Amino acid sequence: MNPNAIDTQAIEMKAARMRYDIVEMIAAAGSGHPGGSLSAADIVATLYFGIMKHDPAHPDAPERDRFVLSKGHAAPVLYAALSEAGYFGREHLITLRKLGSLLQGHPDSKKTPGVEVSTGSLGQGLSIACGIALGLNPETADERSVYCLLGDGECQEGQVWEAAMFAAHNSLESLVAIVDRNGLQIDGACSEVMCLGEIEAKFAAFGWEVATCDGHDIEGIIDSIARVRAVSGRPGVVVASTVKGKGVSFMEGEAGWHGKAPSTEETEVALRELQAALEEKGASL
Amino acid sequence: MSKRATREAFGSTLVQLAGEGVDVVAVEADLSKSTTTATFADAYPERFFNAGIAEQNMINVAAGLAVAGKIAFTGSFAVFATGRAYDQVRNTVCYSELDVKLAPTHSGITVGPDGGSHQMLEDIALMRVLPGMRVLVPADYFAACEALRLAAATPGPFYIRLGRAAIPAVYDESFRFELGKAYVVREGSDVTLAACGVMVERALAAAELLAVDSISAEVIDVATIKPIDADAIAASAAKTGGVVACEEHSIIGGLGSAVAEVLGEHQPVPFARVGVRDVFGTSGEPEELMAHFGLTAHHVAQAAREVLHRRS
Repeated sequence: MNPNAIDTQAIEMKAARMRYDIVEMIAAAGSGHPGGSLSAADIVATLYFGIMKHDPAHPDAPERDRFVLSKGHAAPVLYAALSEAGYFGREHLITLRKLGSLLQGHPDSKKTPGVEVSTGSLGQGLSIACGIALGLNPETADERSVYCLLGDGECQEGQVWEAAMFAAHNSLESLVAIVDRNGLQIDGACSEVMCLGEIEAKFAAFGWEVATCDGHDIEGIIDSIARVRAVSGRPGVVVASTVKGKGVSFMEGEAGWHGKAPSTEETEVALRELQAALEEKGASL
Repeated sequence: MSKRATREAFGSTLVQLAGEGVDVVAVEADLSKSTTTATFADAYPERFFNAGIAEQNMINVAAGLAVAGKIAFTGSFAVFATGRAYDQVRNTVCYSELDVKLAPTHSGITVGPDGGSHQMLEDIALMRVLPGMRVLVPADYFAACEALRLAAATPGPFYIRLGRAAIPAVYDESFRFELGKAYVVREGSDVTLAACGVMVERALAAAELLAVDSISAEVIDVATIKPIDADAIAASAAKTGGVVACEEHSIIGGLGSAVAEVLGEHQPVPFARVGVRDVFGTSGEPEELMAHFGLTAHHVAQAAREVLHRRS
């Protein structure tokens, strides 16, 4: 990947459209997780529209990069990206969480085109990503990457650190973890519920290449991923600081918006704000 | 015929499969010598991954390897692979329907001196209830080799229950494991002994004891607990009119429960369960423990006589 060749403005537009879709689909579902979906929108948009090699027409193409959404409750951000990329039509988004929908409450690889593996029980995705990285043909593995998005609260799961140990021990250089550090979990601030201390220092101690960035700065995300990918012989992690609920004024920084849908009135306000943000970037739905 | 443990089949069968061009890999959790996956690691080091003492990671690394197209076997002991990593088996392996084949060893009380913490008696129940999981309990070394081959050749999740103790052979090299088939290993007309794993050989011994009293026992090896061979079990029950289920597992949720479900729905007959009666194991030598927990041929024969008594 050549970081300079990536059109960051186009990614910003994609992220803005994805935010609108996220709120619209969760409102239609009447339940879901807007906070952690909105915090991850710029990261996921950057991966799908700037960094990853993938082809919606051939979701199983062997040369594709792989993405594992370990924080599976942020399924709406993945569905928004997959729909935007063309894995399935946008009309499916409003069927989220409904009986018979392609789009389950948490990612289901048996139902949704483009979803590599089912997730939702926290702490498992990084281990799965390790296995995928191991299993890719060693002769072409250096051309392919495995990306795994985790939440910072999720890092309270002990298995994340079993995987951290495993990835470094096996020198999984094609593996890139991204931590969406929005600082909040269901019961409140991560620092108050169960303080993680320094996530960067912990990964570094396990032998990972570590970079940090503002998780809403597309250029910063691209540069950080490029930086950890450039180091051979060990896995890389980007700790991206984000704002939970980013883009909707009344959701930003509020733990209460982790896992509930907005009311009709709240949805109107949120979509108006997101529409304005879209227009500001010269984009439309 | 010398005795062999079912676990001895694990590493050597993986070596054979790899030699035949099957894309198998193995993920272990620091027990490669005990489970015999070390044999595979020696022959194919690039296909063997040790997760260390981290069973949850072991299961999900195997899941990732399966996502990448491999046929991934996992080791460790039955108590850890199913109990400690249950959510990983449920939510990743089974929910995504992946080619992960759990073949942990050291199931049941024949683990011996390590005691109750390491004697897994609930694994069949835990695995049987998972949608999409196939559960195989080989009766001897030859059946274990074939169970591993069947799992490698059949897409989707498998649980293969292996043991630590050397046990007598029931079969020979000619045995072929068919998914969902219960094998009639001795024909009879008075009572059915439906057994799995180490209890198949004991059920055969019980049939000999019963024959002394002119009781003709039919012995069925229910080698696949799921999908269960309801037709074979119901047909034998219809013929004999009474069934005893025999397993080295809790009487709750395992073979006994699976057979009871079949009989209750298709062929209600007097029925008894021989198994560990809702308690944990304890330290001791395997044969001492089999006697202590009521899993000898004599116990099976006694249960059969009680079933016959209830029938008449």
